Amino acid sequence: MGEYSSINPRIGVYVCHCGTNISSTVDVENVRDWAIQHLSKNGVVVSRDYKFMCSSLGQEIIEKDIKEYGLERVVVAACSPHLHEKTFRTASEKAGLNPYLTEMTSIREQVSWVHTDKKVATEKAKYLIAGTVERIKYNESLEKFNVPIDPNTLVVGGGIAGIQAALEIANAGFHVYLVEREPSIGGHMSQFDKTFPTLDCSACILTPRMVEAGTNPNITLLTWSEVVNVTGFVGNFNVSIKKKARYINENLCTGCGICWEKCPKKVIDEIFEAGLGYRKAVYTPFAQSVPKYPVIDHENCTFFQKGTCKACEKFCPTGSIDFEQEDEVLNITVGNVILATGYDLFDARKVSNYGYGRLPNVFTSMEFERLSNASGPTGGEITLRDGKTRPKTVGIIHCVGSRDKNFNNYCSTICCMQSLKFSHLVKERTGADVYEFYIDMRTAAKSYDEFYQRVLEEGTLFVRGKVAEVSDAAREPHEIGKLIIQVEDTLIGKQRRIPVDMVVLSIGMEPRYDAKEIGKLFGISCSSDGWFMERHPKLDPISTMTEGIYIAGSATGPKDIPASVSQGAAAAARVLDKILQKEVELEPIRASVDETICSGCRLCNNLCPFNVIFFIEDLSITRVNPALCQGCGTCVAACPAGAISGTGFSNQQIFAQIDGLLMDI
Amino acid sequence: MSQSFEPVVIGFTCNWCSYRAADTAGTARVKYAPNVRLIRLMCSGRLDPTFVIKALAGGADGVMITGCHPGDCHYIDQNYKALRRFLLLRRTLKGLGIDPGRIKLIWASAAEGMRLAAEINQFVEEIRILGPLGWPRWDKEVTQNENIKEVA
Repeated sequence: MGEYSSINPRIGVYVCHCGTNISSTVDVENVRDWAIQHLSKNGVVVSRDYKFMCSSLGQEIIEKDIKEYGLERVVVAACSPHLHEKTFRTASEKAGLNPYLTEMTSIREQVSWVHTDKKVATEKAKYLIAGTVERIKYNESLEKFNVPIDPNTLVVGGGIAGIQAALEIANAGFHVYLVEREPSIGGHMSQFDKTFPTLDCSACILTPRMVEAGTNPNITLLTWSEVVNVTGFVGNFNVSIKKKARYINENLCTGCGICWEKCPKKVIDEIFEAGLGYRKAVYTPFAQSVPKYPVIDHENCTFFQKGTCKACEKFCPTGSIDFEQEDEVLNITVGNVILATGYDLFDARKVSNYGYGRLPNVFTSMEFERLSNASGPTGGEITLRDGKTRPKTVGIIHCVGSRDKNFNNYCSTICCMQSLKFSHLVKERTGADVYEFYIDMRTAAKSYDEFYQRVLEEGTLFVRGKVAEVSDAAREPHEIGKLIIQVEDTLIGKQRRIPVDMVVLSIGMEPRYDAKEIGKLFGISCSSDGWFMERHPKLDPISTMTEGIYIAGSATGPKDIPASVSQGAAAAARVLDKILQKEVELEPIRASVDETICSGCRLCNNLCPFNVIFFIEDLSITRVNPALCQGCGTCVAACPAGAISGTGFSNQQIFAQIDGLLMDI
Repeated sequence: MSQSFEPVVIGFTCNWCSYRAADTAGTARVKYAPNVRLIRLMCSGRLDPTFVIKALAGGADGVMITGCHPGDCHYIDQNYKALRRFLLLRRTLKGLGIDPGRIKLIWASAAEGMRLAAEINQFVEEIRILGPLGWPRWDKEVTQNENIKEVA
């Protein structure tokens, strides 16, 4: 336990207007006057208001008062402490006051922004300030802990965001473990043919990055692997990674491809080819896979299922097939983690009125990507499901599963541009007529709207309206054998039936099916839509509430390629910043045991989530390891003797705050 | 019960979820009943049941305990300990002649500002129906400081 500088310390109260954010609902001047009049018996010696307390001028006021009035405590009534606690604590520290003797009380998020009645809001602001004034008397001077940072980094997800992050860190000279669930890195980008709006060949710009990631000596590539367990905290995470058995000896395999040529078992490739093509039971997802080693698919391999075959083993020139291989668990230590786990696609079957899965010539956008890809099942020929017939008319439906109350409320952001790209490709390769059915065109990024103009000039027909139904039930002779798109054209205010040969559904992006479990594994939370949640949506989009865990790419929300790459690089910069600091400052919010009071009842021993409470047999007392304690306070609350105290949130502080909140004002 | 009764509710929040849910509600300008006054803890596991008794004794008509959803605790599983204490506390309160409905446990993640606001509104209405707790304000007889010393 620390010492109190005095029982009734000298307190300064500062009330922020936050422009008009606070002052429009809270009578700030009235609160200021009340604080000095009503709380002087509680130790308040000065109270002031200011337009923007967080400005440098506002901070200077506090610094000056600390010196002039000899303030021992500072209470700032402004926004949430999650925004500016650090600002004001740093200001106090500059003036010679221990930073932990400054507290904020949130009269913006908890008062002015959520209440409307000025009188009631002003009263509530007073209660909150009274609570903090009472509480802060019992604050102690605290010192931060420094713990060393392990310079290794874990990047989860080998899509473009993860690759970018890994390369940035590796190029700076630090080691990265890049973990990918699939047999190859590359992610969704490797499935595309062209990228909008430049129409760059997707593989041509991606594969050099993949190769770089595969060959960089600072990157340990762990494909066909998954993270199974994470313990520890910023600077020192212990991570267990399951390396699934490939049944291939990576030291011997040259990636020559004879095994998949000879493998007799054909399997529909649901992942890379979106169900349109085949792969073998021993396979690499695509020709440019990194690493080059294939994987034997246990579920489909004839040898594993029936006990005979081993064709791959017979033909392998290097003897690298190993049917005995088992899953391996690697335990590594890393200082920081970047999660770039990407997205899943909306299941178009859920919108039954669009007929996907029932009407053969209704395709999803990913199927279309594969159809138009030169390395895809049709070699880049855009054809109907039969694989031969070229469509003469194509309808592209936007917002399938997005901006829809029945499915996902959000806009998937990329589908408009993706659909425009499809239009261009259809025109270029088949000369077919193309209809785009859109709700709103959203082409808001560099060179995106120009691409829209280009597609308009190419003669694509745009129909504004949400498609009601796609059916094959013809009403007119010219509809026979076609898919009929029923839509209300909202620009002319009429129902239209448009017969087409092929329908492409621009399906939205969704959080990974297991995003929530991944979040739990790493101790981060998901937004209500299921995307990983940022520390601050505007100003800290790549950090999470858990120190040392960063997020990048479309795991945080729908994103195009440039945004994913930027986030990957940004997360890497943040990690490098941590690594180069060599140490990380931890909040000194810790539990400690007063050994003179501890009776050794051991009630607290099993409560610690991090197992840092130790029982000392000889002395019959309990101790907490302060370096490992994370400060949750569960043991503090449990101790029947009150022998455990939690800095920053002591019983005295909380009791005093309750008193203050219930004070007569 | 008088028409003008405005319940006083003390809410204990977790730094990682519900306190941030309050921030989220604020940022989104979601309006809710001003009767609630929040206290920040690092975790719902920090909630010592005496805090609740203290709040009720000090004049609160209801106490709200909020934490991360089961399985989402920032400290692995301490919210389950909060749940355990909450259930025991309800029994204790019953024994003291207090309606256990005066305390409520609410799970709210950092993203759930709307949910927290809705829960606050509902709880305030529940307490309004229960009426004032009407415990004598024994603490008003002694000075604030003596009171704290006594309890601590």
